[in-house]
Amino acid sequence: MEIESLAKTNGEWLRGSGPEADIVISSRIRLARNLAAFPFPNRASNYQKTEIESLLRGKIQDLELDNKLEYLSLSSLSTLDRLFLVERQLISRELAGTEGPRGVALGPLETLSLMVNEEDHLRLQVMRSGFALTEAWQIINQVDDFLEKKVTYAFCEEFGYLTACPTNVGTGMRASVMLHLPALEFTKQLDKVFRALQRINLTHRGLYGEGSRFSGHFFQISNQVTLGKSEVAILGEIQSVIPQIIQYERQAREAWKSENSKVLQDRISRAYGTLRFATMMTSDETMELLSYVRLGIHLKMIEEVDIHTVNELFIQTQPAHLQKLLGANLDGEERNAARANFLRSRLRNSSDSNN
Amino acid sequence: MKCQRCNKAATLHITEVPQPEKVEEYHLCEDCAQKFLNEPESALSESPATAVGLAVEEGLPAKSCDSCGLSFVEFRNSGRLGCAHDYQAFREELLPFLENIHGDVRHCGKSPSRLGQQKEVQGELIQLRKLLQQAVHREKYEDAVEIRDKIRKMEGA
Repeated sequence: MEIESLAKTNGEWLRGSGPEADIVISSRIRLARNLAAFPFPNRASNYQKTEIESLLRGKIQDLELDNKLEYLSLSSLSTLDRLFLVERQLISRELAGTEGPRGVALGPLETLSLMVNEEDHLRLQVMRSGFALTEAWQIINQVDDFLEKKVTYAFCEEFGYLTACPTNVGTGMRASVMLHLPALEFTKQLDKVFRALQRINLTHRGLYGEGSRFSGHFFQISNQVTLGKSEVAILGEIQSVIPQIIQYERQAREAWKSENSKVLQDRISRAYGTLRFATMMTSDETMELLSYVRLGIHLKMIEEVDIHTVNELFIQTQPAHLQKLLGANLDGEERNAARANFLRSRLRNSSDSNN
Repeated sequence: MKCQRCNKAATLHITEVPQPEKVEEYHLCEDCAQKFLNEPESALSESPATAVGLAVEEGLPAKSCDSCGLSFVEFRNSGRLGCAHDYQAFREELLPFLENIHGDVRHCGKSPSRLGQQKEVQGELIQLRKLLQQAVHREKYEDAVEIRDKIRKMEGA
């Protein structure tokens, strides 16, 4: 697989389509699975990890899927390529950062990715654009069924699927929905929302999952509990609460627009102006400003840029993507200049072609 | 969600960033959070397992897993188990821990369909053993031999 070719596309999670796509960026489900016959990766020797990898790799390649998966061994990838896959949400930071035999199998549409020898032997992940948990569950459940016919999972009736970390035991499922909530954040209502979520055992994380910072007003809402509830029940809990958050965000946007329209218009225009004219731009600032432009487009305050371009820029201005697209390794300062340059040209082209 | 240090409901959620790239989350009730916030720095770098109130400093069970060799103390320090058998080896110790994180200790949800077949086989074996006992009891030894062979065949399969 040519990693370079991925850089030019948006991938699944920023495709910007799907149900409620103005607020729900993507839906994702992951399942943690282990092979009964081997110790968990943290306790396995390199020799055993090689065995696990070649066993799973073979089974994965035998899967009868519409789109064949391609297996990438992480040790054969450069640091930049690994970071690139992290930015695309196709692998975790943990998989990119640890040593030893490990890898990921990817489909051409970037909906499905199967990580081998991460914290568990196998981490299945399905991602869909928009609010589409049910669809994601159908896909991942089917892939899991296929695999289960070929390997013996570590499972016991009492505790379910057995995982290296007891916080994942049971279903092994983490389902999450990524939301863009600029208005709730700006009007300082997020804490209230997150506290309410905590009461029903849902947790929130930043753009890149556990331990990542909140960036670009993107938040992931996911289940905390994996034991004692069925997959469908867990998904149902998330599915019932997301429409409420969407509604709060819409209300906050409307209220903001009607009560403080000039301030909002100014903020959005400044963000857009800075992106179009600045000559140095950090990744964080880019995310923040693009977030306002994205909001501006949905509120019809910016008409000349299309949402597709903005969604694309969120990912293409990330450090590894930028370097892949420009075909050069750049240090921090060079990168900030290159990023600003890239943004200027993309946003001017986009507004010219629409005028 | 329950407080990680006692059984009251957790109302405060604290995110610590002791080092860049490292984020720790604590979910505590009002009282425990007050104590937590007044603790010296060192308390913040506790292992995840200690943070969830899993282990008391003293009197840790000196158990270890026959299969992967992981000791309970090692699990306490890393928060990670070493193999599937650990769930049986440390079952007693893990139960309160699971109750604390999940509010439940029993799986409910998907199970591998292969397991269904295993269960059927097991059910049949139980049935056959009953028949064997009855046959012996009634002194029908020819039947008993037949049943015994069937059991052996199934167990070997």
